[in-house]
Amino acid sequence: MSEELKGNGHCQTLAVDDEPTEGVVGGADATAALCARAPVGLLAELTHRCPLQCSYCSNPIELERVNKELSTEMWVSVMRQAGEMGILQVHLSGGEPTARKDLEQIVSATSESGLYSNLITAAVTLNRPRLEDLKSRGLDHVQISFQDVDAENAERIGAYPGATQKKLDVARWVTELGLPLTINAPIHRQNIHNVGRYIELAVKLGAQRLEIAHVQYYGWAYLNRAALIPTYDQTIQSIELVERERERLKGILTIDMVVPDYYAKRPKPCMGGWAKGFMNITPAGKVLPCHAAETIKSLHFDNVQDRPLLDIWLNSDAFNAFRGTSWMKEPCRSCAFREIDFGGCRCQAMAITGDPRNTDPACALSPYHGEMVRLAREEAAEPPKPFIYRNPRNAAEVVKAEVRALVPAE
Amino acid sequence: MSDETPSPGRLVVSPETRPKLPAYLKLRHDVGRGRWILLAPERVLTPDQTAVAVLKLCDGKRTVEEIVEALAQEYSAPKDVIRADVIDLLQGLADKGYVKG
Repeated sequence: MSEELKGNGHCQTLAVDDEPTEGVVGGADATAALCARAPVGLLAELTHRCPLQCSYCSNPIELERVNKELSTEMWVSVMRQAGEMGILQVHLSGGEPTARKDLEQIVSATSESGLYSNLITAAVTLNRPRLEDLKSRGLDHVQISFQDVDAENAERIGAYPGATQKKLDVARWVTELGLPLTINAPIHRQNIHNVGRYIELAVKLGAQRLEIAHVQYYGWAYLNRAALIPTYDQTIQSIELVERERERLKGILTIDMVVPDYYAKRPKPCMGGWAKGFMNITPAGKVLPCHAAETIKSLHFDNVQDRPLLDIWLNSDAFNAFRGTSWMKEPCRSCAFREIDFGGCRCQAMAITGDPRNTDPACALSPYHGEMVRLAREEAAEPPKPFIYRNPRNAAEVVKAEVRALVPAE
Repeated sequence: MSDETPSPGRLVVSPETRPKLPAYLKLRHDVGRGRWILLAPERVLTPDQTAVAVLKLCDGKRTVEEIVEALAQEYSAPKDVIRADVIDLLQGLADKGYVKG
């Protein structure tokens, strides 16, 4: 959530909830007391199957197989538990969530549980009758990704011919059915020149909201950073453009922006603080404090098939690992910003420094900051490397690591 | 991209406006936390008592002036104070797309 969307005196926007929640009672010590409130949001990654092969995907390299996916009954139970413990919003994501044939039953379970449901889709395999059915079951909101505004480039990035027309069709159905629409624009060096045209597209389509989501370098995106990272100047120009357009389009289009933290001085308050307001469930049922957390190999993640969701939220080792500030090392430990940015992102600290307890190298106070920025600037100055497309064959090759040759889009 | 939906312009809230909440905005009582919440795409808002009182009257039929009169009676407060506060509140929400005219 972005800064400019703070409410006025009578209506506050919240990202992380500080209200204690009835029935959610933490232990006596300070760390346990921190979680004595329910998370606001739940990201349900229903499957890792996806018709697109975008190289900026934030999914882990090791994609979960179909036969490991949770059953319908389990997802229905998850939604019921989420509603009972006070979670407010659920994001149905993936992979491509519509690849699950039982999405209808899962959506019914979210609305029966009082959850505000958000379908995050590539939209290329969604037809109108199915969308109508999902709406009748209580779906609240649809988010559609566009890989670029230029069809040819979009379809090269997503490796899915004909994607653009399908997305435009689904976007039109969404607004015709009276559902709110968000356009998601994943921004990187190969489409950053089109930020202005994304804004035009979102207005034309009647979207309420546009996400200018600069790629964050996790999972596949980290692997593809040299193909994706824009220059500092491109980044700043795109941010300034969005800030001007926001003012012009007040009340017409809400523009949320996620900026690339490589060029920042302060790290982002990742997830609003580890295990403070958010849970993520993988296709196989592992419960994570953030979608990239599996890259921290020292953590053990509980599964919704083994423990109740609330018990995991309160007591799981992975959730308690970086709750609060007591886990911090210097310079975070004595930093005045430690309760503001929580030391940034644990997964980025892991990826770049090898220790998840280190300060996020996006922070100028991190000893790794200079090196990270130098690398990013160098990569951005070079011609882009070819994409390593996100598909199971490349996943197998990358995991093997010693094999250099990767296949192009299939 | 021939068949696009026209975008509505910015709503400027006046005493004659008949405000309503768009269908995607859910005003719900959050039982676990004993408060009201507004749920919107990727947003959770926590309206205070005044905001809840106003929003419950935003049915697309009442004008802002009628809402002001109702609240002035209920809270025995001067209308011009309430009017300024209500318009400020609704304009703020309209600019975020949470109130339509």
